[in-house]
Amino acid sequence: MERHFVRELEELKERLLWMGSLAERAVHLSVQSLLESDATLAQQVVEEEPAINQMQMEIDDRVMQLLALQQLMATDLRFVLAVSRINADLERIGDQAVNIAQSALRIVRHPRVKPYIDLPRMSQAAEEMVRDSLNALVSKDTELARSVMLRDDQVDHLRDQVFRELLTYMMENSSVVFPAFELILVAKNLERIADHATNIAEDVIYIVAGRDVRHHAADRR
Amino acid sequence: MAATREFPLLKTHVQRNEEAPQARSEKMRVDNLTFRYASRKVAVDGVTMPFYERLITAIIGPSGCGKSTLLRTLNRMNDLIPGITVEGEILLDGQDIYAPRFDVIHLRRRVGMVFQQPNPFPKSIYDNVAFGPRINGLARSRAELNDRVERALRQAALWTEVKDRLNRNALQLSGGEQQRLCIARALAVQPEMLLMDEPASALDPVSTAKIEELMFELKKHYTIVIVTHNMQQAARVSDFTAFLLNGALVEFNPTPQLFTTPADPRTESYITGRFG
Amino acid sequence: MTWRSVDKVWIGLTALAAAIIVFMLAFIVGNIASNGWAKLSWEFVSQAPRGGMTEGGVFPAIYGTTLLVLLMTIFVVPLGVCVAIYFSEYADRTGWLYRASRSAVDNLAGVPSIVFGLFGLGFFVKGVGAAMDKTLFGNELTFGQPAILWAALTLAVLTLPVVIVSVEEALRAVPQSFRDASLALGATKSETIFRVVLPHAVPGVLTGGILAVSRGAGEVAPILFVGAAYFLPHLPAKLNDQFMELGYHIFVLTTQSPDVEQTKPLLYSTVLVLLALTFLLNLTAIAIRTRLRWTSGGGR
Repeated sequence: MERHFVRELEELKERLLWMGSLAERAVHLSVQSLLESDATLAQQVVEEEPAINQMQMEIDDRVMQLLALQQLMATDLRFVLAVSRINADLERIGDQAVNIAQSALRIVRHPRVKPYIDLPRMSQAAEEMVRDSLNALVSKDTELARSVMLRDDQVDHLRDQVFRELLTYMMENSSVVFPAFELILVAKNLERIADHATNIAEDVIYIVAGRDVRHHAADRR
Repeated sequence: MAATREFPLLKTHVQRNEEAPQARSEKMRVDNLTFRYASRKVAVDGVTMPFYERLITAIIGPSGCGKSTLLRTLNRMNDLIPGITVEGEILLDGQDIYAPRFDVIHLRRRVGMVFQQPNPFPKSIYDNVAFGPRINGLARSRAELNDRVERALRQAALWTEVKDRLNRNALQLSGGEQQRLCIARALAVQPEMLLMDEPASALDPVSTAKIEELMFELKKHYTIVIVTHNMQQAARVSDFTAFLLNGALVEFNPTPQLFTTPADPRTESYITGRFG
Repeated sequence: MTWRSVDKVWIGLTALAAAIIVFMLAFIVGNIASNGWAKLSWEFVSQAPRGGMTEGGVFPAIYGTTLLVLLMTIFVVPLGVCVAIYFSEYADRTGWLYRASRSAVDNLAGVPSIVFGLFGLGFFVKGVGAAMDKTLFGNELTFGQPAILWAALTLAVLTLPVVIVSVEEALRAVPQSFRDASLALGATKSETIFRVVLPHAVPGVLTGGILAVSRGAGEVAPILFVGAAYFLPHLPAKLNDQFMELGYHIFVLTTQSPDVEQTKPLLYSTVLVLLALTFLLNLTAIAIRTRLRWTSGGGR
């Protein structure tokens, strides 16, 4: 028998996925604005941030209502709880994207410190992780979610690499310290984005399999 | 839901199902109603509240708070009790149903009632549903009566189960089916409002769920008032909720609001189960 | 003494009491049957008596009893049902009318049968009958004399309390939820009573009828002066005819027959026939009631 609240659970999922797409878009555009030194694009990311925050509040509201009014059980209950966690992660991803955009704005007039190689790699990895974690939610794919968790280490390595390189540049040439520093921050932002995507993947496994895989190093191998 | 997602670049998200807060119309309004039994005991104490058209309003509260009494004033079923006094007004489409010359019989046709214990007549299923139309002279031919019976049974989600045994005795149905039959019986006279007095409390969980889903359907055509001691049911099903305590209205609010951020501490006390 | 043995003693005593009843009934019926069997024959139940009640049959008495009881039922059941409906559904329990009529019914039940006989004579025969004669028949003696109509009415008054009590009980047994449901659908009180409550109480009405029939078929005192006759050449054909009746027949045979020894066998047979007739009438009514219970009840 089709229950009435099933419709509301569907809507909640739709809202969350929409928010996910907003967050993805913010990451993509912010990185693009950095790589192409496009101030207008960076500004756009900053201006679109309130939409993400608004969405977060709406989703939290809906979660609250569903929990208060419906006696959710099992998968439904795990789903709603996980949605509220994923919600928070997506909002942080949005924040990180804005940080990247702001860094981009600050160094837009500076000449490029070095050809961008690792940063694009990092951003691509991070974006894919975000996308895949949300896809895993849609298709309830725990394998895909697990693969996201495994890729986090890769992104960590890339960040370390970027740090080392840029440090070297800063030590050799003091005039590039300011832009290089901003790039280090961007690398940090991208690494955080990857972490949030990992959190989302863990939540997906919680919804689908009922297992809490956070902090379990063993599961990530 | 699609199994894959495209990367949305510039999609405008249409707000779906958001009810623009429109001016709701009141089907019925209780205005400063005070109801006393012959013993002078006050059962309903100065209650004022609306019942919005084609929405479900739930009345909750602890036992003895007057919610069933209040419900029965809405179709003047309490008139059967000797010695009662009623002060205040109850307006149905703007007209006071307690006005001296108001046609009570006609009122009960417009405002139907379903009781806590399923109470089908000891007649056939067909005769049960046809009772109301026959009494009220609503069908001019056998064919028309058949139509009404079928329509009512369909609306009560019972048609497919009983269409081949309309002549069987109604008491042979299961509890859940009997209650849906009582709903069909009430719907057969095409009321405008449906009063439900703990309609699922005597039923098992599956039957209860069926009745609740039924209410969502019925809401499209009828204004529904449900009295229930089961708060979770009120939360699941209703659009507005009224909390009654010792005959007085403590809070009346949209259901999501009442159950997440109640305005009155007594409401909070009751719904969190901290009541004495 | 242990609890178990006390229990056993009580079981034994109550079973013994029940057995005594069965024994008493068996004795009575057995005595009558064995003595009355001899003269029982088709001729006995189909022919009129001859030779001063020493030969022939008791058919006219059978016919008269049956007709009397049927007429009585036609009068008492509708009236009893109406009064019961008043008591159960309409009356204001605190009002004077209710209390007066309730008390009247209760007292009526305690009136001795012979008093009913005198009542029948005084009120129906000499009162209503004479008045009818004066106004409708130009003083010609038509209804101002013993008649089957008056006998039936007298018996109706006698059995009225029994019918009222039965029907009222049946009405009160109808669950209030039915009335509520009916009223909530926009029915008036009368519609509710006649379409929902009363139909469900029909078995009770039949019970009342059965009890009335049992009583009425056996009572002799009320019809002594009001219409029963010892010997009539023809069967009652009009409402103001007299009639022969089994109970009355037995009474007269016992007390006034010229040759007691000769009429004794006939007497026993007549008693047997009366018992059988009563039994048959009861059985028919019970069968109807059972059939009704089957079709209207049938709950899980």
